[in-house]
Amino acid sequence: MEAEASYVKDTELRLGLPGTHAPVATRGSKRALPEDDEKSHGKSKARVVGWPPIQSYRKNSFRARKAEAEVAGSYVKVSMDGAPYLRKIDLRVYRGYKELREALEDMFGCFSLGEASGAEGCTGSEHAMAYEDKDGDLMLVGDVPWEMFISSCKRLRIMKGSEARGLG
Amino acid sequence: MTYFPEEVVEHIFDFVGSHRDRNTVSTVCKAWYQVERLSRRTVFVGNCYAIGPERVMARFPGINSLSVKGKPHFADFNLVPYDWGGFALPWIVAAARLCPGLEELRLKRMVVTDDGLELLARSFPNFKSLVLISCEGFSTDGLAAIATYCRGLRELDLQENEVEDHGCQWLSFFPDSCTSLVSLNFGCLKGEVNGGALERLVARCPNLRSLKLSPAVSVESLNKILARASHLVDLGTGSFAVDHRTDVYHTLMNSFPKFKSLRNLSGFWDASPCCLRAVYPVCTSLTVLNLSYAPAIQGDDLIKIICLCFKLQKLWVLDSIGDKGLAVVASTCKELQELRVFPCDIYGAGTTSVTEEGLLAVSSGCPKLNSLLYFCYQMTNAALITVAKNCPHFTRFRLCILDPGKPDPVTNQPLDEGFGAIVRSCKNIRRLSLSGRLTDQVFLYIGMYAERLEMLSIAFAGDSDKGMIYVLNGCKNLRKLEIRDCPFGDIALLKNVAKYETMRSLWMSSCDVTLGGCKALAAKMPRLNVEIINENEETYEFEENLSDRHKLEKIYVYRTVAGPRNDAPDFVWTL
Repeated sequence: MEAEASYVKDTELRLGLPGTHAPVATRGSKRALPEDDEKSHGKSKARVVGWPPIQSYRKNSFRARKAEAEVAGSYVKVSMDGAPYLRKIDLRVYRGYKELREALEDMFGCFSLGEASGAEGCTGSEHAMAYEDKDGDLMLVGDVPWEMFISSCKRLRIMKGSEARGLG
Repeated sequence: MTYFPEEVVEHIFDFVGSHRDRNTVSTVCKAWYQVERLSRRTVFVGNCYAIGPERVMARFPGINSLSVKGKPHFADFNLVPYDWGGFALPWIVAAARLCPGLEELRLKRMVVTDDGLELLARSFPNFKSLVLISCEGFSTDGLAAIATYCRGLRELDLQENEVEDHGCQWLSFFPDSCTSLVSLNFGCLKGEVNGGALERLVARCPNLRSLKLSPAVSVESLNKILARASHLVDLGTGSFAVDHRTDVYHTLMNSFPKFKSLRNLSGFWDASPCCLRAVYPVCTSLTVLNLSYAPAIQGDDLIKIICLCFKLQKLWVLDSIGDKGLAVVASTCKELQELRVFPCDIYGAGTTSVTEEGLLAVSSGCPKLNSLLYFCYQMTNAALITVAKNCPHFTRFRLCILDPGKPDPVTNQPLDEGFGAIVRSCKNIRRLSLSGRLTDQVFLYIGMYAERLEMLSIAFAGDSDKGMIYVLNGCKNLRKLEIRDCPFGDIALLKNVAKYETMRSLWMSSCDVTLGGCKALAAKMPRLNVEIINENEETYEFEENLSDRHKLEKIYVYRTVAGPRNDAPDFVWTL
């Protein structure tokens, strides 16, 4: 680790003669405007106390619900290949795979999801539903009972046809 | 007027409703002062430390309604230490002794204890209404005492309080003989709720018009309640989350059509889109809709419900509504007066889905808009100038650009001109919160044009003392000024000291005022309490040794006739 660090230091671009330790203008870091320094009084912009000005009651209420959902593991991200943004859904509100599929069809508009359960295979469909389980593996949706699925699903991915066929 | 008998003068004063008018009336002459004070029924104390409770009650012995506020507003954002003060007990104790006819008590940002609630419950036989807003320090035991002893209670309204949960039985303490409830709001409670007790309580109160349930109330319970309370005007739904395709869900879907009087809807704590459909039948008569605690509802579902709400006057929503959703608001809600858009992403780290476009749309589509709270990622001067032109009726305008000190992204200019346009156009503006990159220029505009301004909140703004001075010298009606992280120092603080006696309070944190400046202020103005809040444990033990040049982290200055308070904690030093 230390050897690595000194290697980096040796090749670092600097102002000043080699061997001196003049202050370095690092290109990567954001240049703080002089006014910013005065105003932020040394606090980092990322987490300033009491900013944004949201009532702590409201913050606590959200935090508690988010924590509950995360503990229950039920809020998962859903991505669709080609879609510009992801969605987030609470798996607990659906009773089974059919409702889930219908909801995702609603959310992702005109894209049809087709038959994506393992038993029926993916023939004839343009998309397949896959999910990432607790171990990080990409699995086809529909193989396991619903309850088991909810507890192990960490993330959903709606995959495009060609890639999907490989899983079917 | 001097020749009128007192009864006639008193009768005339009956028509003088507002606190301010009555206060003014009482200063005309001694005779009027006497008549006014004896006939006064309602008193509002904006700062609990401005005057002692005994003095209030000695002056107004006939009051039956009292409203008191405690902590400064910035306490909402964790800027005021937990045990700073604002205790309700002295007020309850004094009232118990001097105003036994008390019927209504309203407390905001105060520390209320279970003992205080029990004393309250036992001391006032005619007690009818308790409203607690953003208070803390009590538990469900205190609520049990209220339920037990307040015969004839009409209103129990708990808004945004931190209440310790000691069990769900408090609802069972309402005796069977309690049938007088008109308004019950316990939305802020976190613990379990005794569904059966709640259902029976609702069933025996035929006058119940406002009911706001906590997140713990299940849809099953809600269904039973709704079956018994079809005259409700105002409903907070409880969790509103249930598996669809269950019987409970089906019952819910059929519960709302019969509500002919329902006008306000809120709650929706865990609501999912499928449950939201249940309220579609009542949307067309809604005037108030609060979906700001429902993060699971996405933009498209918000749009579906808003499309139906064409009588809406007040809308609170999360920024997941997006600019697209706000465009729908603009085209549907022509009666809209108040809009609040809160961020979903609490830490404001990323982008939000609303920008100046959403605000522009609403300003042009909703001509009656007069109150705004808007959290967004960016704002432009051009947009603000257009908003000002479209909506000259703003009385409350609070804009929060999440990135502190962010300029107009198109021109890279500060937002001085935009906010300047707002204050120039909106002659009746009473409350203003600023954000984004701002120089002293915006304060020049505010001082010049914001004649009716009463409350101003400033953060990360200004270049020099001149900014604050423009405001203090300009805004004739300024009552509350709260400032954080601005380069205002002693020169600004001391420029117009007489001004502070015309105001309720001044808060300054992370600015450049020094101990010396505050000492000078306190010396010049003995009727102000100049409080220094010093949470830095290393220095507060050595107060006397601090140099006058030491910059103060937090100061709170307020006018008072009660002198320095005797309940201040160690870290508060009143000069």
